[in-house]
Amino acid sequence: MSFVEVTEVAVSYDGLPVLQHVNLQVAEGAFITIVGASGCGKSTFLRLLLSQEEPTSGSIRVAGNHLPPRPTPDRGIVFQRYSVFPHLTVTDNLILPLEFERSSAVGRVFGRPRAQLRGEVENILERIGLTQARDRYPAQLSGGMQQRLAIAQALLKRPRLLLLDEPFGALDPGIRRDMHDLLLALWQETGMTIFMVTHDIAEAFKLGTRLIVFDKMRHEPDEPASIGATITYDLPLRHPSVETSDIASASMTAAAALDESVSMLSMENPAPQGGAK
Amino acid sequence: MTGTRTKISPWARLGLGALPFALLIIAYAVGSRIRLSDNPADKLLPSLDNIAQTFWRMATVPDQRSGDLLLWTDTALSLARLGSGMLISALIAVSLGVMIGYLPRARAMLAPFVAAISLIPPITILPILFIVFGLGELSKIMLIVVGTAPVMTRSLAQAVMDIPDEQIIKAETLGANALQMVFRVVLPQIWPKLFTAIRLGLVPAWIFLISAEAIASTGGLGYRIFLVRRYLAMDVILPYVAWITLLAYALDRIFQALSRRLFRWAHLEGESL
Repeated sequence: MSFVEVTEVAVSYDGLPVLQHVNLQVAEGAFITIVGASGCGKSTFLRLLLSQEEPTSGSIRVAGNHLPPRPTPDRGIVFQRYSVFPHLTVTDNLILPLEFERSSAVGRVFGRPRAQLRGEVENILERIGLTQARDRYPAQLSGGMQQRLAIAQALLKRPRLLLLDEPFGALDPGIRRDMHDLLLALWQETGMTIFMVTHDIAEAFKLGTRLIVFDKMRHEPDEPASIGATITYDLPLRHPSVETSDIASASMTAAAALDESVSMLSMENPAPQGGAK
Repeated sequence: MTGTRTKISPWARLGLGALPFALLIIAYAVGSRIRLSDNPADKLLPSLDNIAQTFWRMATVPDQRSGDLLLWTDTALSLARLGSGMLISALIAVSLGVMIGYLPRARAMLAPFVAAISLIPPITILPILFIVFGLGELSKIMLIVVGTAPVMTRSLAQAVMDIPDEQIIKAETLGANALQMVFRVVLPQIWPKLFTAIRLGLVPAWIFLISAEAIASTGGLGYRIFLVRRYLAMDVILPYVAWITLLAYALDRIFQALSRRLFRWAHLEGESL
């Protein structure tokens, strides 16, 4: 059985459909990249997987179970912004989930146990290159450092499912490539399943094992809001390897793939779910 | 050319800041000299010398009737009232503000009520306070609370609502329960806003304090200036006004400095007044 099973999911706001007929089966350990035009429901889909929203109809199962009504620690999330806590230093951001575990009332530990927790996150700091910056506040970090912290924080509870909502959207291209390497390495080590929404189609091709495109099945010029989006393309990709991450080959691959998908997208009546796994 | 971002040296900043004060004092001294040369018994603009002597007497010579050093007993009485009022207001603002900002049901129930209460001109209910709580300390403290708590509550509720949804969601995925969310995510982020609310609340708080003391009191800074008004004692009123202003200014600076020290993370970006 698939790890993530999405069956006939639809979402509508005030009667206007945003998503309809979304069906998806994802094996554990996949790296799904999601692209699509703005407002086509790809972030909504991610919020469904997180239980930040509930589908109007249809069902979503993860590891065989229906999703609980609220976000839980088995599903990690990294947003484009506001992912880390501005009032906590780098170290305190990392030990926060551990403090939630140890102190069920106020979620805060003091003294020797606290020093012990600080020791526990030492190698995480090193891994994300923030050892020197451990006592700084997020506002004192660069965008890339903040997102490295956000990813490390999201992984502290060892989620089986990691959801990324345009996590690198605000970063410079060079920094972005470093982030890709870090993310791929973490993905390979943990074996977790990743869903990542991105605007950058090259990034989507480079990172994913499978790329899905959200779009409307038809466009009604008179009533553009009358139809919700669904998965219009589902492309299995070559298994990405960290070695191909040099920018030239990645962008060549991406450019070729982009041409291909653009020609597919411009077809009159595209076949849905083409090339599903 | 100079722009809005021109750097100013610390000494120049100090000099420029002191200049309007110096000009005001000089203008007063000149005006006082002119009036006193016409009529040496003039009470309207006493000389700076006279003011300083009176102030010194209020601060160091025990009052003939009560034996108190009036400046200090007045100051202590007023600050105690102001402090009690602001403490109660802060407690109300934090507890109600978190409920209104964090719990949608509490917001639906309490937000319109607090908004309506905050629009009552506080002085209009001073008679009610005097009738209900008597003429003692409580009615003066309650006037400060009524005048400041509703607005402070609204600004703290807004501060809670301004916390991005992403942070609440993120904390849930990190395993936070409701209580932990309040203690580790919500409250720590509104403390700097509480300090700002206190600083802004102190402005009306002083007005209500002085008003209440003027109307019914037997001591305090406001009582004193309204008492000596009968004798046209400008040599007492003027330094008292300056002293009250200095106290208000010092309190404002203390809260600003405390906020910067305690909540460094909230003061990392931009310049704040």
